[in-house]
Amino acid sequence: MGYNLLSKIATNNGHGENSPYFDGWKAYDANPFHPQNNPEGVIQMGLAENQLSFDLIQEWIKANPNASICTPQGASGFKETAIFQDYHGLPAFRTAVANFMNRVRGNRVKFDPDRIVMSGGATGAHETLAFCLANPGEAFLVPTPYYPAFDRDLRWRTGVELFPVVCESSNNFKVTREGLETAYEKAKLDNIKVKGLLITNPSNPLGTFLDRNTLKDVVSFINEKNIHLVCDEIYAGTVTNGDEFVSIAEVIKEEPKCNLDLIHLVYSLSKDMGFPGFRVGVVYSYNDNVVNIARKMSSFGLVSTQTQHMLASMLSDDKFIENFISESRIRLARRHEMFTRGLAQVGIGSLESKAGLFFWMDLRRFLKEPTFESEMTFWRVIINEIKLNVSPGQSFHCSEPGWFRVCFANMDDETTLIALWRIKTFVRKNRNLEIKTMKQYWQNNQPLMLSSRRYDDILTPHRISPHSPLASPMVRAQN
Amino acid sequence: MLSSKVTCNSHGQDSSYFLGWEEYEKNPYDEVKNPNGIIQMGLAENQLSFDLLESWLENNPQPAAFKDHNNQSIFKELALFQDYHGLPAFKNALVKFMSEIRGNTVSFDTNNLVLTAGATSANETLMFCLANPGDAFLIPTPYYPGFDRDLKWRTGAEIVPIHCSSLNGFRITKSALEEAYKQAEKQNLKVKGVLVTNPSNPLGTSLSLHELDLLVNFISSKNIHLISDEIYSGTVFSYPCFTSIMEVLKNRNLMNTEIAKRVHIVYSLSKDLGLPGFRIGAIYSNDELVVSAATKMSSFGLISSQTQHLLSEILSDKKFTKSYLLENRRRLKERHEMLVKGLQKTGIRCLQSNAGLFCWVDMRHLLSSNTFEGEMELWKKIVYEVGLNISPGSSCHCSEPGWFRVCFANMSEETLILAMQRVQSFVDCMAKKSMQSRHQQLLQRNSRRSKSLPKWVFELSFNQREITADER
Repeated sequence: MGYNLLSKIATNNGHGENSPYFDGWKAYDANPFHPQNNPEGVIQMGLAENQLSFDLIQEWIKANPNASICTPQGASGFKETAIFQDYHGLPAFRTAVANFMNRVRGNRVKFDPDRIVMSGGATGAHETLAFCLANPGEAFLVPTPYYPAFDRDLRWRTGVELFPVVCESSNNFKVTREGLETAYEKAKLDNIKVKGLLITNPSNPLGTFLDRNTLKDVVSFINEKNIHLVCDEIYAGTVTNGDEFVSIAEVIKEEPKCNLDLIHLVYSLSKDMGFPGFRVGVVYSYNDNVVNIARKMSSFGLVSTQTQHMLASMLSDDKFIENFISESRIRLARRHEMFTRGLAQVGIGSLESKAGLFFWMDLRRFLKEPTFESEMTFWRVIINEIKLNVSPGQSFHCSEPGWFRVCFANMDDETTLIALWRIKTFVRKNRNLEIKTMKQYWQNNQPLMLSSRRYDDILTPHRISPHSPLASPMVRAQN
Repeated sequence: MLSSKVTCNSHGQDSSYFLGWEEYEKNPYDEVKNPNGIIQMGLAENQLSFDLLESWLENNPQPAAFKDHNNQSIFKELALFQDYHGLPAFKNALVKFMSEIRGNTVSFDTNNLVLTAGATSANETLMFCLANPGDAFLIPTPYYPGFDRDLKWRTGAEIVPIHCSSLNGFRITKSALEEAYKQAEKQNLKVKGVLVTNPSNPLGTSLSLHELDLLVNFISSKNIHLISDEIYSGTVFSYPCFTSIMEVLKNRNLMNTEIAKRVHIVYSLSKDLGLPGFRIGAIYSNDELVVSAATKMSSFGLISSQTQHLLSEILSDKKFTKSYLLENRRRLKERHEMLVKGLQKTGIRCLQSNAGLFCWVDMRHLLSSNTFEGEMELWKKIVYEVGLNISPGSSCHCSEPGWFRVCFANMSEETLILAMQRVQSFVDCMAKKSMQSRHQQLLQRNSRRSKSLPKWVFELSFNQREITADER
């Protein structure tokens, strides 16, 4: 009876949290690693957070008390800031965010502050764009593997569908024109109206980014089909060599025939700056109508003006920003290398990547069979025996079993070494687990058994899990 | 190319409520720089008590510097905190504050509280949870214009008005509820619940015990939900005291029943504390399914952890909250009286009210015709000639023309006094014009006078306007 009184949306599984992958989170929550208090606990490697550069930020905060409206130095701005609820956002904030976005792209582009629309994190930005660009039942193409919460963010309350563009390990999961065309045709056959293409660049979970030619192919594809392109560039600042990253904003400058009304960007400070708690999401569209309507919709998820004020100050400090961006890249690269080198020592490979807060680890040879059931089985071994919470590829809708996303930027160096040590120990102890070498795998030519579950049932809990912050002192302090 | 949500205008921003704002933006009053500009009286903001907050900040420097009580930096922990269950310290403080506002007659459980980016987000989220596209909620008129966007735009839900009349002070009646329900049925809309704002925007009145009982009985008999938007609960400045719907449930021993599960409260700090920029909203529900679904949905609009931390510190200071609530109420009462008396002098009456940041003003006697066109005509005069942005009743879906919402807490005393002076001049001017035109009409009538109509008929119609002005 209770169920009938609520809406369908409230009672369906569109939020995606009823998936078996919570086992990893539960294991972590029940037994979270702590270097002193719980050295045998589960290490969290399923959370794509950037914790490597807070010291730089803290230094800045200390040195800039006027950035806070609550300090004596900044208090004169308290009232104006507290009553400001204009959904255009504080002009200084928009200018500062545009400035930051420019610098992350080496000033190769110039974002227009008037096109910056706020949203409740990138989560809110994606939902808003889905509301703006597609009607219920219409679909977005999304290359696999992709961030699991897209299933919720783009579909749950909007009624919009996602249709996969299958990418394969044989070409390093690259997005290709052929792949896009195949997916588009398949959708047509299934009577699905495709309204747009969503790409995450750099990719989550791959940690790779698209080269200029591929981006041009993408632009040409969406123009030809007259569908929208949403580029989630949330990891743009995590690219090791910043000059190598090509933003969609750069590509469209070189494509005069591109219909700009089809181009939209999503951004956030959650990854590049490590501020997921401040809920700073951005919808940036080259389509005036979309800017207009997305701005009205931003009423449902504006950024707190207290936060806008602080960030306006921080992100317009060019010297600080330049130093932060470059130092953060160095630290991320160093940490990434620590892991990949350590894993290589025991013969574990990962997809070559130069961005993101994670790497895409190849554990195919540890699977009994090249099936998703085997992947799940092995995943449980990783959680319960190796005691690491990593994310299995199927939760990202990967078409091939055996790949795992491993986050590396949400811990300190000591924990990194411990995690590595655990993996190496496990591999050395369990040589017999390596059922097939890569050669045998291809020789046996086993057909890939895709999970019988439909795509929309498969999700992992990172970023949508409520559980990770249970270890947070903010929660412990009150419980 | 774009969705139908983009191309329709259910965002509601073509309404006069927002157009008045646009005019104000083009020509805003400033004491020094633009003394002839439009005075903003269409914005329900509480600007009366910032000094109290500012002095608290001066005396409590830690939260500002992202430090905890041990002077340890918690910046990193806050920056990373994105748990949609919310900061426990903040939720604890918020439920206690909500209780305090209700005179501690009811207590709230943090497990039933969902944090959202403002009441705007809370209301939309509740709609997504309780109504399917095409389902309807009944709302008493007049109501806050933003509901058209917040409740209907992206959710596909519908609003069916419960018509309230000036004849009984716009109180909700049983027959009005039944009539609205029937109307929905006629339109083939499935009614999922009733939404009330208590205290009311735009009326400024708190719901009577009788109305609250009616509502509980109604939702009980129809097996539907009740959303009580109590965003103005802290602005009740005079008798009668505020009674929350939760208190009614408690007093009627309904707390652990199915009915209680269908009652949900929306709250925010935008009005009581005057902090609309910080986007602090909340849903409170006794139904764990609603709490669970709403919590997940809050991902689309969480409160900045920085702000949660600051407010947890402020609201945990019980000495402060007690004195703030008292002083804030006192100032609101004083300001309310200023407006009421100021308008009274010009012959304009307000609906008797005990809460809110505005008055519901009766300008029916100033209408050239008792129609909404007449109301628009008067409104334009007030915006452009008098230079006051007030909100016409039609934008609030009032069923009778001639009522306007006038805000009093978003400006200085001097500005309010000036606004009253402008109204006085306007009314004097209108009275003169009206006298002149009536005089002319009388002359014309006298000259065409038909022998069949007695003299007294004309005299009666001459006096009609004055009688209406004095009516309550």
